[in-house]
Amino acid sequence: MSYVASVNVMLKEGIADPQGLTIQRALPALGFEGVAEVRVGKRIVLKVDASTADEAREQVEQMCQRLLSNPVIESFEVVVQ
Amino acid sequence: MTARIGIVVFPGSNCEQDVFRATRDLGAEPQMVWHGDRELPDVDIVVLPGGFAHGDYLRTGALARFSPIMDAVREHSQQGRLTIGICNGFQVLCEAGLLPGALRKNAGLKFLCKWVELQVENAETPFTSRAERGQILRIPINHFEGNWYCEPAELERLRANRQIVLRYVDNPNGSLEAVAGIANDDFTVFGLMPHPERACEALLGSEDGITIFNSMIDHVTSKAAV
Repeated sequence: MSYVASVNVMLKEGIADPQGLTIQRALPALGFEGVAEVRVGKRIVLKVDASTADEAREQVEQMCQRLLSNPVIESFEVVVQ
Repeated sequence: MTARIGIVVFPGSNCEQDVFRATRDLGAEPQMVWHGDRELPDVDIVVLPGGFAHGDYLRTGALARFSPIMDAVREHSQQGRLTIGICNGFQVLCEAGLLPGALRKNAGLKFLCKWVELQVENAETPFTSRAERGQILRIPINHFEGNWYCEPAELERLRANRQIVLRYVDNPNGSLEAVAGIANDDFTVFGLMPHPERACEALLGSEDGITIFNSMIDHVTSKAAV
């Protein structure tokens, strides 16, 4: 089976995100008020061959731990379809 | 004896010639080492130079840490030999887990290319023995991801063990505790964002980078004399 896994990599909570802050500061100038926080991350989409969705998830989680994220500063979540 | 230096060249490295010239002029014997090799030649010091290894894709240093040569670099440091990572080389060493912490985008979101002043916090390392504690070194920076970070418990350990070796006098990038250079716990691996190889000739504006290279060369040559 072929599965599509989406990985969202974000800076961990509590780690300053200067890109998010810059966007947050820009929004009021466009008339968007009341945005309490903006965080910027990245999304990585993988097509994975595996026999089950769980197996695909497990593979992708290992990829996240070894390469796709840096555990010192980033967290990740995996969505498999 | 002469200090033998291996300069690891990744696709995208761009400071290897500067390191070669600086260390050669100090009497060392530098040679280039391709990142795809699995073994290091017989060298006393490994340098991971600045640049954009593997295009900085994904994260700076994230792909370079898996280059075939990196297992040999790890082994080299486990044998007690010296390794220094400069700028991108520092990022690679953090990603490889050979140094603590990680390097984030600069707090001001600007690529910084300028001269900075560094304070020597620990002069009892093989990388700073030619300096004195509190001495100011003038060395340029040239980076976008130099904003060093580690978790609070780790920071306590680094402080207690005096692994914070260099601090910025005027923190340019938001680095935690103004860290500019850190060592591993047995002081065989050192990483710094500033470029000492660009401050080894008066004509270039400073010779303070010589302090770092000569400290390492001293370490190698004095060991051999014992």
